[in-house]
Amino acid sequence: MQRTSQAQGTNPAAAGHLTATTSHSLQFLQRLPITLLVLLVVFIAVYPVVWIFMSSLKSSVEFSSSPMWALPHTLAWDNYARAWTEGHMSKYFVNSVLAVIPSLVLVITLGVMAAFGLEIMRWKLSNLASLVFLVGIMVPIQIVILPLFTMYFKAHLLDTRIALIITYTAFGLPLVVFFLAGYFKTFAREIIEAAIMDGATIYQVFFKIALPMVMNALVTVALVQFFFMWNDLLISLTFTQDPDMRTIQSGLLAFTGQYGQREWGPTFASIGLAVAPTVLVYLLLNQMVMKGMAAGAVKG
Amino acid sequence: MNKVLSDWRAIAVFVGPALLLYTCIVLIPIFWSLGLTAYEGSPITGFRLVGAENFIRLIHDATFFKALWFGTRYALFVSAGQVIFGLLLALMYAFYLKKTSALVRTLVFLPVVLPTVAVAQMVSKLFAIVPQYGLINSALHAVHLDSLVQAWLGQGSTAFWIIAAMDIWKAMGFYAILLYTGLVEIPEETIEAARLDGAQGWSLARFVVLPLLAPITVASLIFSLNGTLKVFDSIMALTGGGPGNATTPLTLLFYRTSFTYSEYGYGSTLALTLALQCLIVTLLIFWRARKSGA
Repeated sequence: MQRTSQAQGTNPAAAGHLTATTSHSLQFLQRLPITLLVLLVVFIAVYPVVWIFMSSLKSSVEFSSSPMWALPHTLAWDNYARAWTEGHMSKYFVNSVLAVIPSLVLVITLGVMAAFGLEIMRWKLSNLASLVFLVGIMVPIQIVILPLFTMYFKAHLLDTRIALIITYTAFGLPLVVFFLAGYFKTFAREIIEAAIMDGATIYQVFFKIALPMVMNALVTVALVQFFFMWNDLLISLTFTQDPDMRTIQSGLLAFTGQYGQREWGPTFASIGLAVAPTVLVYLLLNQMVMKGMAAGAVKG
Repeated sequence: MNKVLSDWRAIAVFVGPALLLYTCIVLIPIFWSLGLTAYEGSPITGFRLVGAENFIRLIHDATFFKALWFGTRYALFVSAGQVIFGLLLALMYAFYLKKTSALVRTLVFLPVVLPTVAVAQMVSKLFAIVPQYGLINSALHAVHLDSLVQAWLGQGSTAFWIIAAMDIWKAMGFYAILLYTGLVEIPEETIEAARLDGAQGWSLARFVVLPLLAPITVASLIFSLNGTLKVFDSIMALTGGGPGNATTPLTLLFYRTSFTYSEYGYGSTLALTLALQCLIVTLLIFWRARKSGA
């Protein structure tokens, strides 16, 4: 295979190479369609986000007086102020933050401990326990929602942050455990065994060796979980029906009905407020986010 | 060493809390939900044992079949779109942009991290007709195609395409990354050898690259179908399942049955159908992939 290809193939490939390098402008022309295509793709991906922030700064007259794609004439920052107060975005935003941050801390803490216990420690049922966690990745959340609703109803946890926090944490666990267990498997075993030989206790091993080793992985997996939790609709819609307890997504959903129809400026500002944290985190840490999400998919 | 690593008390400390929470919130409710399929009622009205009645109702329920059909059609179409566009993007990254593709990859991935509800709100403004024209309708108006100005989200036929386009747009960057990772793992020599054999452009893609990419494409497709069969946020926020039931998949029917009509037993039956559908699709694709030797 290798030999035949070398024997036959030199001519066309070499000829193609020659013509391409003779003239730079020819090369540019050849690449023009593909360059335009790339620009179009980037435009399609990014423009809607730009459009949100542009529209969020328009005054209410502008929506009817000038085209939807026009740049804002004024910078109507009070759209944000109105979304924050009249649109109750302050409440939704705070609710989201107060649900997501504790959930993240919990899911990472419990997840890294469980991954360590499952992957590093030796016990008979560890494989079975891993398998049990795997079920959670495959099962649709709909199948547990009604029993959970009944449980929370009986325990008076509906419309509380606790309901959101324990649900987010429990549903985040499988992915976190698998992601981190994979890390322990590839990096940690030999070093940990050497430390134990030297007389370290299991807790010293966990805090002094295992935890520092997976620090990067912790950040990556926390990022992925942040997007899941911040963007969640189903869980918050189901377990919080009191408008005062809504998170940013379920709050935004209620917007269409009320003044979202008429007040476009504040509505776009609200959309902007819901989107902003995700865009910000992504701008800062995009490589980690992409890596983390792709890894989650390959495992899941 | 074994004594340290098999200390059951330490194992309980490490695994116990996660396993306990997970068992209470995920595992037990799964079995509970299976049990609920034999009951009717809600936590407020109380439950009554009805045996197989929910399943009999299911096979006679035209709304259920309509939702099943809509959801399946939607999932097949959107998953195909996500993976095909992902594949085209990945090929573009790997063969045209090469080393300079990092910025484009990052920008095309951006929609993946955005909250679906916010994106749907944005899209509904894009296609709005009242109280004023959105971006699409005003563009049509500007080029004097007023006959095409319509309530895009208010009619089942066009709403389907808008929901599908939005979900493809939102996820294609993600599948592009997955498939691109597979592409760069193909050894340079393999592609060079094929090039020297005279394979170029489409034939290079068709006979060399795509077969090598088959395993990761199948994995992407499974992952995608698993997501699109469970679609909820985008439809809930764009059309709410309407007009009528025109854009209602199983997930929305489940939600309405359970929380608008408080029928927990029948709701659980619908949730079980959804879980089975996801399972069947996954197994089917695995089986096909193994049979074709991919």
